[in-house]
Amino acid sequence: MMSTISETGTAGALRSVPAPSRGHLSPDLGRWLLNGFVGLVLAFLLLPTLIVVPMSLGEASYIQFPPKGLTLKWYHAYFSDPDWMGATWFSLKTAFATAIGATVIGTLASFALVRGNLPGARALQALTLAPLIVPHIVLAVALYLVFAPIGLTGNFAGFAIANTMLSVPFVVLTISAALQRFDPALELAALSCGASRTQAFWHVVLPNIAPGVAAGAVFAFLASFDEATVAFFISGVEGKTITRKLFEDIDYNLTPVIAAASTVMVVVSLALMAGVEWLRSRSADRPVNSPK
Amino acid sequence: MADATAATDRSLVGQLSRPASLALALPLVLLLGFAFVVPVAKLLAGSVFAPNLTAEHWLRIVQEPIFLRILLRTVQTAAIVTVLAFLLGYPVALVMSRQQGRGAMLIAACVLIPLWTSVLVRSYAWIVLLQRTGIINSALLNWGLIDQPLRLIYTEGAVIVAMTHVLLPYMILPIFSSLRSIPPELDRAARNLGAGPWTSFRMVTLPLSLPGVYAGAIMVFILSLGFYVTPALVGGPQNLTIATLIGQQTTELLNWPFAGALAGLLLAVTLGLVAVFRRVLSFGKAG
Repeated sequence: MMSTISETGTAGALRSVPAPSRGHLSPDLGRWLLNGFVGLVLAFLLLPTLIVVPMSLGEASYIQFPPKGLTLKWYHAYFSDPDWMGATWFSLKTAFATAIGATVIGTLASFALVRGNLPGARALQALTLAPLIVPHIVLAVALYLVFAPIGLTGNFAGFAIANTMLSVPFVVLTISAALQRFDPALELAALSCGASRTQAFWHVVLPNIAPGVAAGAVFAFLASFDEATVAFFISGVEGKTITRKLFEDIDYNLTPVIAAASTVMVVVSLALMAGVEWLRSRSADRPVNSPK
Repeated sequence: MADATAATDRSLVGQLSRPASLALALPLVLLLGFAFVVPVAKLLAGSVFAPNLTAEHWLRIVQEPIFLRILLRTVQTAAIVTVLAFLLGYPVALVMSRQQGRGAMLIAACVLIPLWTSVLVRSYAWIVLLQRTGIINSALLNWGLIDQPLRLIYTEGAVIVAMTHVLLPYMILPIFSSLRSIPPELDRAARNLGAGPWTSFRMVTLPLSLPGVYAGAIMVFILSLGFYVTPALVGGPQNLTIATLIGQQTTELLNWPFAGALAGLLLAVTLGLVAVFRRVLSFGKAG
């Protein structure tokens, strides 16, 4: 697969003198074609993502396109079904616990990794990123294998532990980056003015890295809320997530209720990510953080 | 240079003491140990100790033609998805990197909204599109282009299209960030020296953006090798990949040692690719 893209090395290409341009498309036509192609790709990216919205509003009880009639009955069905509501609350509760757990554990560990004197810091860093790299199917069956005998499948505790493990890399990445941007001289100033390390952390460091901490928490929440593979394996009859419920219903009975539930999920995710972007733009606006 | 100043600053502030560092890192170590290291180790150990040391389950992967076929198809699908994502994604990254203000925001939104939408929702959307009575078949029937619905869902093509859709942002974003870091003067210099836009792109921009291409390609390839949700829903039981095969072995056949061997193989290939291409994959820039 690499053969198509690894043709010339960077240095070789820069050394060679540009050949006189011959026989290429006129620049305007080229640009027009490029923009047209990009427009099509963007439509390909966006349309299947948003198609669940019109699907959730149509009258028919089977998939019909274009949807006829306009109704909110599928949303009513979704919000009045105890199974869907149970799964939704379960997902929200788990995501909330995960966000708190991953943020606390991740913040403490980021401190040890960035500012600390830790034997094997490199190994711990690699291990922390591992859940991002290891395929979720491997983690899913491995967690089921260990969690099932000790009663950690299909319940809140098991999900909170599994999702905290899956989300903690996002927290460590964002908070380590924020800590590295933060000027240690500010902490030094606090310490030399008589603050204890803990006081310096609460009053100087934390307020400065707060946007990073908040972004990490939202990432953790979303990673937990959207996680589907591990959730599929460690769900039970009682404790199941909205992703597991979606998985089951897509496989067995394709009703527009799925489209309504999907729309709710999309709205939750997009609202949270918009929040992260807002936090990010705020932290970028604050020059005090950057030692440059 | 930045490292040197960081080091002096650190010595001024004074690092955390070793016991304090250990105490801060302990919860993370316990969490990863309990929910990551132990489960994965137990799964892998089960594939070779069943209960005595045996290579039987690993050998089975290569001895039975059906499993070899599934492995081959997984790699082939991942390769096709990677190439397609590159062909579709590079132009998007290029146009995005040359836009300012509102145009850049608009393209970024089109790339990021799918990325932030659950994989399940997007796989469901593809089922809605590709079903027998789905949107594409209804449209083709309505326009009189076909008289029988086409079999689109539960095919290898469906898996490829849906997976390319799901993974495309992972290709676009690294290419975009490497294109953004190329100084625009280089393109201008090439143009001043008489290169047309295409020649300048081919000789200057494309080679300089290759690190992003490699990062995106490796990311998409790795993610598609181990992808479970989309192949399970869109591919159906006839189009098994290594991930759905692992799922089937554990949920339906309860053959844990064999599932462990398959998981070990997938893990080894994934980690091997990451190790080889570590330098182009800067996880620090992700998210």
